[in-house]
Amino acid sequence: MKSLDFHAELARAGGMSRGGWARLGFLVRRYPLGAVGAAIVAIFVFTAVFADFLTVFDAVSTDARQSLAAPSARHPLGADFMGRDVYSRVVYGARISLAVGLGSTFLGGVLGVALGLLSGYLGGWIDLAAQRLVDMLQALPLLVLALVMAAALGPSLQNTIVAISIPLIPYAARVARANTLSLKEQPFVDAARAIGTSELRIVLRHILPNTLAPLIVLATAQLGSAILTEASLSFLGLGIPEPHPSWGRMLSESAAEYVRTAPWLVVFPGLAISLVVFGTNLLGDALRDILDPRQRG
Amino acid sequence: MTAYLVRRFSLMILTLFGISVIIFVLLRVVPGDIADILFDAAGFINASEKVQLEKELGLDKPIPVQYAAWVGGLLRGDLGYSYKSERPALEEIAPRIPISATLAGLALAFSILLGVPLGVVSAVRQDTALDYLLRVVSLSGLSMPAFWLGLLILMGFVAAFGTIPIYSDQPKSLWEALLMYSVPAAAVGFRSSALIMRLTRSAMLEVLRQDYIRTARSKGASEFSVNYHHALRNAMLPVVTVLGIEAAFLIGGLIVTETVFNIPGVARFLVEAIRWRDYPIVQSLVMITAVIVVVVNFAVDLLYVALDPRIKLAPERA
Repeated sequence: MKSLDFHAELARAGGMSRGGWARLGFLVRRYPLGAVGAAIVAIFVFTAVFADFLTVFDAVSTDARQSLAAPSARHPLGADFMGRDVYSRVVYGARISLAVGLGSTFLGGVLGVALGLLSGYLGGWIDLAAQRLVDMLQALPLLVLALVMAAALGPSLQNTIVAISIPLIPYAARVARANTLSLKEQPFVDAARAIGTSELRIVLRHILPNTLAPLIVLATAQLGSAILTEASLSFLGLGIPEPHPSWGRMLSESAAEYVRTAPWLVVFPGLAISLVVFGTNLLGDALRDILDPRQRG
Repeated sequence: MTAYLVRRFSLMILTLFGISVIIFVLLRVVPGDIADILFDAAGFINASEKVQLEKELGLDKPIPVQYAAWVGGLLRGDLGYSYKSERPALEEIAPRIPISATLAGLALAFSILLGVPLGVVSAVRQDTALDYLLRVVSLSGLSMPAFWLGLLILMGFVAAFGTIPIYSDQPKSLWEALLMYSVPAAAVGFRSSALIMRLTRSAMLEVLRQDYIRTARSKGASEFSVNYHHALRNAMLPVVTVLGIEAAFLIGGLIVTETVFNIPGVARFLVEAIRWRDYPIVQSLVMITAVIVVVVNFAVDLLYVALDPRIKLAPERA
């Protein structure tokens, strides 16, 4: 059986004392799957940032002669119906996925944490009202709420980010509220109040930092579901509009026809989505074990 | 118990009421109603005809009046008329429900039959190569978009049989009916089975650490009896609670999978209705979805109490 006392184990292995690299080495040995996840996420971010240097063709220029061209030296992952290079579109698609993933996780997280802190700290009717709002948002499946939001806002990158962030609010709100409820009874909060700290400062400087660990774990998990939801929305034609190279959009409805005639159009964008989400999930599991051992499975 | 039930029930009604307001308002702030879309499609805009159409559909009235009319009808079982087909919304929706329900039922069965045994094996063999393999497979199941899995399955069919399973209203044989439902159901259920497997595994691990498991071992119970008799029964409790999450999960999967496999179910209908700004249909479908999720969660809470005698219902949730 594994030792449950992570810090004792870390100290024994020298993880605490031997500086950054030794500690990194320890973490990689201790959480091999998490390290794989971190590597995938790092490659994903690198691809999104340096997309310009990784591609020859741009993602939107069309070439009728190359329509549905099979993978070749010129187009390593083939070309789509409009002759656009699939490799370039997959590489640039990382930007869209990263933007939507980070954007909606951050927006949903900030709104949710604000709601959770407020309702947990103030209690009373504010708490009751906030909890009902959370119930309502959670009573609809993520994709259904995102679909209606996306349709209400209209298709664009910003609107897709907003549409996906709303269904993510309740999760962050629940975590923040639960932590605030237990933290606000702690002696250090009384101590802070005794020396005259303002309530706002207590919440932001004393309570919020102590809820960060479970929130980081949650955010990593939500990054993956935000990317998946963007893919689904765009697949259904209600997310990122043409000609932006969204991975989900590339698999849009006509994909069922290409299953037969141009499988490369189906395989590669889906592989990109799955790999990135797989990476964030692996990383999220490892972060949960490291930062929030109470939840360890 | 009664006080708890009354409280839970009234909260449920309050939640559903809130959702109805949110959805109604959201749909009305959409730039462009069906009148715009129909006229766009026709390629010309005749202002007076458009006003006439909006009047016929009641879109010219203030939003609160429209809302009251909708909820009033809803309570009488009248879902209004589809803007697009001009038939009663109920008539449009009702025949599609059995299709989606069949798919969801099969997908749920698939996910439990696959997820629970694999989760148990993974926990019993914790930290072996098999455990790592199963964990990686389940995590990749959760990482794949449901529609991509569907497309890959179609691709597999093309490779193996040269054809793809097509939905038809009147399947020629039982085999054909089974195939046309079970293939998409597997695509939806695989993702859910990954979720159930992960939960079963962590619930099993939790239970296997308990004192009474050590007691069972020390009195000489066989490894099989410890794992499957003493541990599994208790590990099943938390798994039951995810059925609520599972319901929401399945609906999301059905939406994209019905689109990929071209199945005329109610989930794909929602997407079509959203595109057409067919408010009565969208509102009704979203409300039906919310009712399903809320009622399933309520039922799961009650089931949990029935299964675990240690839990006492209190008026206030901890």
